[in-house]
Amino acid sequence: MTDVLTVNNLSKHYGDLKAVNDISFTVKKGHCFGLLGPNGAGKTTTLEILEGINSADSGDVHYPLIDPKQSLQQHIGIQFQNTALQDFIRVKETLVMFADLYGSRRLVDELIELCSLQEFLDRDCKKLSGGQRQRLLLALALIHDPDIVFLDEPTTGLDPQSRRNFWQLVKDIKARGKTLVLTTHYMDEAHQLCDDIAIMDHGKIIEQGSPESLLQKHFSGALIRIPKANIASPLPFEQIREYGDTLEINSSHIDQDLKRLIDLNVSLEGLYIHNPNLDDLFLKLTGHELRA
Amino acid sequence: MFNFRRFGAIFGARNKEFWRDRSSLSWNFAFPLLLIFGFSVVFSDNNQNQFKMGLLNQVDAPAALESLKYTAYVEYKDKTIALKKVGQHQIDLLLDWDNQEYWVNNSSPKGYILEKLLLHSSSQLKRNEVTGDAIEYIDWVIPGILGMNIMFSCLFGVGYVIVRYRKNGVLKRLQATPVKTFEFVAAQIVSRMLIVMTVSSIVFMGTWLTLDFRVEGSLWTLLLILMIGSICLVALGLLVASRSESEELVGGLLNFASWPMMLLSGVWFSLEGAPEFIKIISQMLPLTHFVDAARLVMTEGATLTDVSQQLFILMLMALAFFICSGLMFNWGKNR
Repeated sequence: MTDVLTVNNLSKHYGDLKAVNDISFTVKKGHCFGLLGPNGAGKTTTLEILEGINSADSGDVHYPLIDPKQSLQQHIGIQFQNTALQDFIRVKETLVMFADLYGSRRLVDELIELCSLQEFLDRDCKKLSGGQRQRLLLALALIHDPDIVFLDEPTTGLDPQSRRNFWQLVKDIKARGKTLVLTTHYMDEAHQLCDDIAIMDHGKIIEQGSPESLLQKHFSGALIRIPKANIASPLPFEQIREYGDTLEINSSHIDQDLKRLIDLNVSLEGLYIHNPNLDDLFLKLTGHELRA
Repeated sequence: MFNFRRFGAIFGARNKEFWRDRSSLSWNFAFPLLLIFGFSVVFSDNNQNQFKMGLLNQVDAPAALESLKYTAYVEYKDKTIALKKVGQHQIDLLLDWDNQEYWVNNSSPKGYILEKLLLHSSSQLKRNEVTGDAIEYIDWVIPGILGMNIMFSCLFGVGYVIVRYRKNGVLKRLQATPVKTFEFVAAQIVSRMLIVMTVSSIVFMGTWLTLDFRVEGSLWTLLLILMIGSICLVALGLLVASRSESEELVGGLLNFASWPMMLLSGVWFSLEGAPEFIKIISQMLPLTHFVDAARLVMTEGATLTDVSQQLFILMLMALAFFICSGLMFNWGKNR
C-alpha cells in the first residue's frame, strides 16, 4: 500500500522542553493513523508540524503524493483542537465563507448532509453544542475535498452519544477513501477508528503498529486483577505487576491460574478478569495511567 | 496574487459580525452623540480666556508690547489668511508692526479689549477694520470631536477584534486556508472603514440637523476626507495589533497611540501658538492632518485642492501602516 506521509527523526524543542523528540512513522493511503498519548505528550505539536503551521528543529516531513510546488493547504484538511469561529456568523454562512476561501462552493450541500448539519444551519456558531460544533469543524476541514484530514482530539469533551456519532462520521469519511491522521487520549476511540497507532509519551514514540498486533505482542490471554490486601506472601507467577492497590496477572490459562490462586489460599473477593485493551497497553508501557 | 473572492469572504463575515452585535453597535452610535451634545452644552459660549494676537511677518512680539499680559502671539506670512482669521474671531487682532497698523473686528468683544490694551502700550498705530462671521468655539471644536471619535473607533475597533481572533484561534484556523495576509488585512481595513463612515455620517447628519453647526464646504469633500482618514487610522490600529496575543498589551499600545493624538492633534485647541517641538510631533500624527482638513472644509469652506496636501500625507501614512502591518502580521502563536 502506498505511503501518503513519511516522517523521519522529527524533533522540536521549546526551551528545555523536548516537545517532540526524534520520532519517525509513516501513514498509508486510506488508513486512519492515530497518535495516542496523555496531555502534553507532544501530539498537537507533531500534528502542527505535519500541517505546515509549525516548524521542526530537525528531521523531515514528506508527502510523496503531493507535488511540492503545489500548496500543501489545498491537499490537507485540518480540524484544530481549540478553534473559535467568528461570533454572530451562522453555520451556513461559515461554510460558504470557508468554501470561498478555497474558491469552490461545490461541496457545501454534500457536507451539510454528510455531517448532519441540516437542523442548525441558521444557528449562530456561538450557540452550537459540543457535538454540533465538532461536526461543523469537520465539515470545514473537508470543504475543499482534501486527500488527507488531520483531526486533533476531535471528541474531547463530547458526551458518549455525540462521540459515537462522531466516530460513525469518521468511518464514513474513511470509506470515501480519505486518509485520516488523528490524535486522541481515548484508547477506545483509537481502537474503534485506527488502522495504525503510535503511542507517544514525553515527546517520544514508545510503540507503534496496528492495535491488534500491539495487544498480541504485549499480552497473552486475559488480565486477572486482584486486590493486594488479599495476598499475604509473594505469588509465584511469571507475568505479574503491581499498580497501586492491585496486582495484575497476565494469564494465558485462566482456569489453571485461578486454581493456583485458590490452592495458595488467596481470597478471590474483589478479583476481576478482563481482556487487555489499549489502556492496559499504555499502562504496561509507561507505568502510568493514560488519562492522568 | 490578491484574490478578491477570498477578500470578499473575510470582508462579508466581518461586516455581518459587526452589525449583528447589537450591544456594541448601539454604543458605537451612542458615544459620539453623547460627546457632541455634552460639548455643545458646556461650550455654548466662547470661554477661551486668553487673547490671541496675529503678527504679520514677525515671530516675536515687538519690545514695546512687552508689558502686555495674557496674550499669545501667532505669526502670519499671508495677510489674506490673517485677515480672514480676524474676521472669524480666530484671532482677536492682527498687528503689522513694520507699517505701524493693525486690524480689528468691530463685532469681537475680545478684539475690543485687546485693542484698548494695545493702544495703551503704543498709541501711534493706524486702525483698520475687518468684518466677518465669527467661528464659535463649538463650530471649531466639532470637527475635532468627530475626528477624535473616529480615531478611537478605528484604532480600538480593529485592534481588539484582531487580538480576540488571535487569542481564540479564529486566525489560526484561517491561516490553515489559502487566504493571504494582505487579503485578510485589506478586508479588515475596508470593512472597518465602511462601518466608521456609516456610523459617523449618521452621527454627523443627526448632530448637524439639531445643533446647526457651521459647514461651509462640500459634504462630498468631507466624505472623502473621512474615507482616507479612517483607512489611515484603521491601518494604524492593525499595525498596533499585528503581533500580540494579549488584550492588555494591545490596549496599552492603543492608548499610547491615541492619547498623544487626542492632545496634540488640535482636537480641543489650536496649536498655532504652541512651541516648535510640539508642532513637529503634531505633524507626525495622522489625526492632525485629518482634523485639519475636515476643519478647513467645515469652517472655512476649503475645496479639495485646498486640502490636497493633508490628504496626500494621510494616504502616504495609510500605505506605510498597511504594508508594515501586512509584513509584521502574526496569525497566532504556536503553543
